[in-house]
Amino acid sequence: MAKLPIVTERLIEEFGPHLNTIPPGGFAPVGEPDRVVETHCCFCGQQCGIKLKVKENKVVGFEPWEEFPFNQGKLCPKGVKRYMQDEHPDRLKAPLLRAEGRGFVPTSWDDALDRTARAIKSIQEKHGKAAFAMLGGASLTNEKAYLVGKFARVALGTENIDYNGRLCMVSAAAASKKVLGIDRAANPWSDIPKAEVILVAGANIAECAPITTDYLWRARENGAKIIVLDPRMTPIARTADLYIPVRSGGDIGIFNGMLHVMIERGWIDRKFIAEHTTGWDALEKVLERYTPEHAGKIAGVPPRLIVQAAELWGPARSSFLLHARGIEHHSKGVDNCMAAINLVVATGRIGREGSGYAMITGQGNGQGGREQGQKADQLPGARDIENPEHRKHIASVWGVPEAVLPRKGLSAVEIFEAIHAGKIKGLLSICFNPMVSLPDQDFVREALEKLEFYATIEFFMSETARHADVVLAGSLLEEDEGTTTNVEGRVILHRKVVDPPEGARADWKIICDLASRLGYVNKFKYDSPRDIFEELRRASAGGISDYAGITWDRIEREHGVFWPCPSEDHPGTPRLYEGGRFGHADGKAHFQPVEWRPATEEPDEEYPLVLTTGRVVAHYLSGSQTRRIGGLVKQVPEPFCEMHPRLAEKLGVSEGELVTVESRRGTVTVKAMIVRTIRPDTVFVPYHWPDERAINRCTIKALDPVSKIPEYKICAVRVRRATAEEAAAR
Amino acid sequence: MSERALFIDYARCIGCQACVQACEECDTHRGQPMIHLETIRRRDSVQTAPQVCMHCEDPICAQVCPADAIKKGPDGVVHSALTHRCIGCSNCVLACPFGVPKYFAAIDQMMKCDLCYDRTSIGKKPMCATVCPSQALTFMTPEELERTRRGTAVNEWVFGEERVRTKVSVVVPHEVKEVHVNLVQLGKRREKAEPDDVAALLEEG
Repeated sequence: MAKLPIVTERLIEEFGPHLNTIPPGGFAPVGEPDRVVETHCCFCGQQCGIKLKVKENKVVGFEPWEEFPFNQGKLCPKGVKRYMQDEHPDRLKAPLLRAEGRGFVPTSWDDALDRTARAIKSIQEKHGKAAFAMLGGASLTNEKAYLVGKFARVALGTENIDYNGRLCMVSAAAASKKVLGIDRAANPWSDIPKAEVILVAGANIAECAPITTDYLWRARENGAKIIVLDPRMTPIARTADLYIPVRSGGDIGIFNGMLHVMIERGWIDRKFIAEHTTGWDALEKVLERYTPEHAGKIAGVPPRLIVQAAELWGPARSSFLLHARGIEHHSKGVDNCMAAINLVVATGRIGREGSGYAMITGQGNGQGGREQGQKADQLPGARDIENPEHRKHIASVWGVPEAVLPRKGLSAVEIFEAIHAGKIKGLLSICFNPMVSLPDQDFVREALEKLEFYATIEFFMSETARHADVVLAGSLLEEDEGTTTNVEGRVILHRKVVDPPEGARADWKIICDLASRLGYVNKFKYDSPRDIFEELRRASAGGISDYAGITWDRIEREHGVFWPCPSEDHPGTPRLYEGGRFGHADGKAHFQPVEWRPATEEPDEEYPLVLTTGRVVAHYLSGSQTRRIGGLVKQVPEPFCEMHPRLAEKLGVSEGELVTVESRRGTVTVKAMIVRTIRPDTVFVPYHWPDERAINRCTIKALDPVSKIPEYKICAVRVRRATAEEAAAR
Repeated sequence: MSERALFIDYARCIGCQACVQACEECDTHRGQPMIHLETIRRRDSVQTAPQVCMHCEDPICAQVCPADAIKKGPDGVVHSALTHRCIGCSNCVLACPFGVPKYFAAIDQMMKCDLCYDRTSIGKKPMCATVCPSQALTFMTPEELERTRRGTAVNEWVFGEERVRTKVSVVVPHEVKEVHVNLVQLGKRREKAEPDDVAALLEEG
């Protein structure tokens, strides 16, 4: 591994992203397809049901799947156009080897796998098992996620295995575990329209989880009041009953301030608190200081908005709290989430119809992806890797001594720090594109350039794959089969729609082939993903995320099954915590007192503005898939910098003009979008683009101490009109 | 129970363009969306509005068509121009009060939404209303709408002196009985602060 084998322009010429704008056979009417397959979208955590039309082993179009209960045929633009990634000109159709000065050249599967296995052995013999790391993805099916975790810990024997859900859900997961005892949305989405008041915190639902908007609007039709916290007036905030333009990083001010007011006004459920919780007294003491005035200063909003929020939330009979990355992407992301959940538990409005709590999963299998054991600190079944009983159970399912299982390893960003520091020498990744998605991009690039060996399993040449020694051509979701677990905790089935193109291989087969070459053929003998799922069921049995009673047949019959589902005659668990029974051993919810603290990097004289980042509706994560689909690129072709007219005037910037956003780590030059719908002290840039357009050149790799999630939602920047050189370099 | 009809609820629109992307997948005009997603002064607001053909009871696009290319069916659907008749004159484009028909130079023809006739004529929903994630576009019976929405459906439009009734309805507050569409007076300063101005919201405290 070293720098790119050829210049980026030539890599793009060969591997894209190119735009696919026309389906196989053109836009002429499809006529009768050979088959219509009921499956799911390959993108976000909503995992919408969709039917794909197939003709001559090609996906030629889609049909809404109206019978699937979660989305009932509804789709966002990404779902509509997802079929355009099949038959894509950029699709990798052979394993590739890095060739200095020439780019990448195709090779045989035997050669690619042999080289990879040799490199792994060589690095581990010289530097120890932990010197080779693995990075998985939250887009993988449960079966693949399970296999990745097992492969890393058994075949590689490394503790350094993590996944890109680290950039997404881990703060929500950690907070949920600490307060409620279980890391999962507490309620099915069907509870949302039954709530009297809904608090949406840091969730741009319209763009990041569009299908959920209908659930909110249905609640509104039923008379629900909606409160939205966001530094930007998003489409959900526009018609909210109360919109609070919180300053990024100030959310604890809102939550603690609301609870302060609710205590004063008697809007907490003291009976529920006494019977079903611990830790209230310590929390109540902390909350004394969070008067609306103090809380308003922290949140950067007028105190009356906090009082109004408490007045809406406090006296309601039923309520639902939804949060997402807006409060989670912080170096205090876990604290933010715990402060939010405290609000729910203090009213006792959880575990019943129309009352509950949910974090909104961002990535396709963000939920299941971490339950199956590819997260640094977890074994399958959402088991704790440091718990002797948990270790014993998994070791017995895997047929290895417990002592062989590695302990907790480094998280994703820490793995890159260890690579940069020369401690980790080799890396295997699958469906993870850190060259767009990790903060402080120059640091990430430097780290990749220091690796002795890097192999990746991908179906498109991602920006990170360009740095690889070996690229193993894997499979699209629809070229294989397997389960994912959606935002609600509903385990669903992705059916195989078409075969992978000749030369590409199903991901699970690639992993098993590698395990075999590393001497573990017997531990990775599977005939199919269903076979892997059967082992996963056994591994998860008795765990927190218990899939033991879930079968593929049941999933098909019942349109998904909610975990925990410990036996085949168990109906599954759409709603957790019914009857006030929480996930901790004592059955109680554990309040967590939370004090606000500043972000790692607050604005100052030199860098006076808050930068916050996020998604747009037409693109998904690092854009490796959506930046290749013509219709989506046409919808949002490039990143932009949202700023308030007052800020624009101060900077002398007009609409559409190129501006340079500068932080202490890097710069990016994008067009200005001047809108009154953002705080004047904040700028927003979406993160789906690479290279010169990657806003993650500017973001900071500060981590939450518990979840190790990066602080994408706040760092200090300055913005100015771009120079002629910067404009020309775009 | 009445027949299902198309309703537009602007308060629900999130501007995602799923309707536009899905319209392109409709078999009668695959590759070309016939729905427009309007952004209402993005500088001031995130409000957006989908615009489909409203299927007027007395469609002016058909009235002004010199080639008699636009036909209204017995079910009230105003069909897109018939290929062999449309002469590409754009009379319909200029006449439609909703700004729906579009002229496509590449095929020298007007095209517009035909309520997904390939789907609705066989009992399916139009593609846009099926996929719309926020159900700002919805295809249901008036009774279902009344049961599930707070607003009321209105299909009476007043453009200056002109009164138009449409097959497609919009969902508006109960007190609204007809929609008045007035001309925007250019150059006139607005007196009130922008309702979606975050800076103003912060200062109100």
